[in-house]
Amino acid sequence: MHTETAHSHEAMLFEEREFGFWIYLMSDAIIFSLLFATYAVMRHATAGGPGAADIMELPTAAIETALLLLASVTFGMAAVALEDKRRNAILVWLGISFLLGAGFLGMEIHEFIGLIAEGASPQRSGYLSSFFVLVGTHGAHVTAGLVWIATAVAQLMRTGPTEAFAARFKRLGLFWHFLDIVWIGIFSIVYLPGVLQ
Amino acid sequence: MLGKLTLHVLPLYSPIAMSGAAMELLGVLFIAALITWFGKWRYIWNEWLTTVDHKRIGIMYVVLAFVMLFRGFSDAFMMRMQQATALNGHGYLPPEHFNQVFSAHGTIMIIFMAMPFLTGIINFVVPQQIGARDVSFPFLNSVSFWLTAAGAALVLTSLVIGRFTTAGWTAYPPFSELPTSPGSGTDYWIWAVLVSGVGSTLTGVNFVVTIIKRRAPGMSLMQMPLFTWAAFITAILMVFAFPGVTVAAALLGFDRFLGMHFFTADAGGNAMNYINLFWLWGHPEVYIVILPSFGIFSELVATFSSKRLFGYVSLVYATMVIGILSFTVWLHHFFTMGSSADVNSFFGIATMVIAVPTGVKIYDWLLTMYRGRIRLTSHMHWTLGFMVAFVIGGMTGVLLAIPPVDYVMHNTLFLVAHFHNMLIPGSLFGLLAGYQYWFPKAFGFRLDEWWGKTSFWFWFVGFYVAFMPLYVLGFMGMPRRMDYYQNPAWQPWLIVAAIGAVLIAIGILCLAIQLVVSIRRREELADLTGDPWDARTLEWMNASPAPLYNFAVVPEIHDREELAWRKERGISHDAPAHYTPIEMPCNTSTGVLIGGAAFVLGFAVIWNIWWLAILAFAGVIAATIVKGSVPEEEYTITPDQIAALESRGSGPLLGFLSPLEDERGDHSTHGLLNSIGD
Repeated sequence: MHTETAHSHEAMLFEEREFGFWIYLMSDAIIFSLLFATYAVMRHATAGGPGAADIMELPTAAIETALLLLASVTFGMAAVALEDKRRNAILVWLGISFLLGAGFLGMEIHEFIGLIAEGASPQRSGYLSSFFVLVGTHGAHVTAGLVWIATAVAQLMRTGPTEAFAARFKRLGLFWHFLDIVWIGIFSIVYLPGVLQ
Repeated sequence: MLGKLTLHVLPLYSPIAMSGAAMELLGVLFIAALITWFGKWRYIWNEWLTTVDHKRIGIMYVVLAFVMLFRGFSDAFMMRMQQATALNGHGYLPPEHFNQVFSAHGTIMIIFMAMPFLTGIINFVVPQQIGARDVSFPFLNSVSFWLTAAGAALVLTSLVIGRFTTAGWTAYPPFSELPTSPGSGTDYWIWAVLVSGVGSTLTGVNFVVTIIKRRAPGMSLMQMPLFTWAAFITAILMVFAFPGVTVAAALLGFDRFLGMHFFTADAGGNAMNYINLFWLWGHPEVYIVILPSFGIFSELVATFSSKRLFGYVSLVYATMVIGILSFTVWLHHFFTMGSSADVNSFFGIATMVIAVPTGVKIYDWLLTMYRGRIRLTSHMHWTLGFMVAFVIGGMTGVLLAIPPVDYVMHNTLFLVAHFHNMLIPGSLFGLLAGYQYWFPKAFGFRLDEWWGKTSFWFWFVGFYVAFMPLYVLGFMGMPRRMDYYQNPAWQPWLIVAAIGAVLIAIGILCLAIQLVVSIRRREELADLTGDPWDARTLEWMNASPAPLYNFAVVPEIHDREELAWRKERGISHDAPAHYTPIEMPCNTSTGVLIGGAAFVLGFAVIWNIWWLAILAFAGVIAATIVKGSVPEEEYTITPDQIAALESRGSGPLLGFLSPLEDERGDHSTHGLLNSIGD
């Protein structure tokens, strides 16, 4: 087969995957919006237990936000490095993104453990169930993103910055930035009203 | 080690459940024995279970749908027999078992019969109709199928190990919560719905991308055949609606497994939120199961009237409008929840508005037939039967859309009659007609017409006999889902309904006979041209069965009804001057492994076998990572091989039992295929 047609065949496959990934993200966005709606509905269903004002601290949320948003900036730096196919720079920036994401996740787990220890567990009330599941679903997505970054690093070390890697990197980027958008929603709908109460 | 599994989970509570379980097990053993007897395990594994060919995946979906139709109908039959005899508590089913039966019937018919059936036909037809070689994501397609099959397997397993839910197919809390439903039933429901729901979401993504990206050159959106349009809108609905049921079932699972309080009766739980989430999926789901059939009817009406489809543009817009409106009416499933009159009015009016685009479609089909040369084949029988019955169902729907009327009629058999009146003609008739229409494209021979028409008449008459009495019973105030009753005035109507169920049973039997008779007479019924119906769209330009790459040369599209356009100009079968190599994806066992692991995961969680659940979950993740890390394997079909396959022509079962040798890289099957051909 012609190399040129083989190339366009491959390019079409990558383009389709990117488009498909956008569609998947739309579906995922609906999942989050339903969880947001559930949280809003259960905002006052505290059953006499702790409410938003009791469990949220602005400094924690602020640092978490900073970590996650920074992880997006560093991912963007990796994307810039990919433009010039600077393999080592991509690796470094991906590594930093991974660490920032892991730091975010660690803080979130720490926050959750603290809440459960204080008796503000998801079993306490409908409100806390909706809080843990909304924030936890985002955390699970970040975990998936970390696994994905790790596999991307492995792929890059194995094959270098090929077309296939670039296509995959682009989808990973969509996912990673999507999680920021969701987090901004969580920050504005869950944490900010909680501490301002 | 085995969690909650003990010998007590066997269905010893009811001799009928036991015999059902025994039948299921014997069925599985019988099929396994048959495959072993004929020595076809390798063939089945290499050619079917691991396939990524959209046509074969489509066929497997339809087979799954027929298996589940049989199971779901058995449940329906048992219910009708129970209610016909259960005056003053003299039924033959214990109440607990009866509740499982109606829950299983609904779950199976919607999620594991209608969904695989329509997904199968979309899979089989759409790529051929748009001139594509396969879907955009063939491997994902295999995963989708196996997740659906895993969900179905969980429902079937619940008959043998443990019980199924007694909370109805909608699993409404707080009844479906742990304190009131402590057994395994609701957990089976949750996992079956979650696993197959992921499959349906992925199918939706796959077909949105396929239809946008893989159309043949020249085919603009407004030149797509109407079935493809219906499939497109259906796929969009799948992508946007399925998160609703995923979230609803997952949160219910969190309540049950982790002790949370989303929908519980205490600690701030809100059961009505579940019902909102569920119907946010549930109503679009109604259109997911009906729109593909509308697409099928559109194809049939044009083909068998030998006339261009009337009002194509209005049909396309009507389909889109139905797709949008389907998201604006969910609340009509629970007018009695106690929303304000304003809210109920909004949803009542939105519901009635849907009748407008649906009416547009009916008129378009009628006007397509007007002055056409109509051939009254079995397909046209289903189509005409649908139009008559569906209009009645639509009218009762408009009645129920009036909130004050709904306050009187809700939860009665009037509602049951209404939605069966929509779904049986609206969805199932279309899918059965589509199955009979595209069967020759799949297997190279037609289905016997006489048995097809006979089946139609039993279905059609049986449908009226079974469901019209339910309208009457609804007016008389009989609630749905009663295992016994004390009102003797109801019984005559219930006996009539039971006779209707017998007629439908004969209709199903006729379908089975039709298949057997047709296989035996396949030479007589052979489709030797690839176009047995004098059809109008692209998929009939190919040989029957179509070669694995569908189109040797991707056709240039000139018209909405491309094949009719070409036939008018006498250029439908011009052989191309030369072929270029075709790259096709290799088969892979990852799909079936992921489906299997998902089944094990669900089963293990249901029975609290945590080590197994962790193992299965790790398996799914590992398979996904590994599959995602290696480039998709493809193999090339050479021009010589294409020429050989193209010269094969059409005929019964060509390419099934003695396909030409083909090269499939690591997953080569040619030696095996040759041995089967011997």
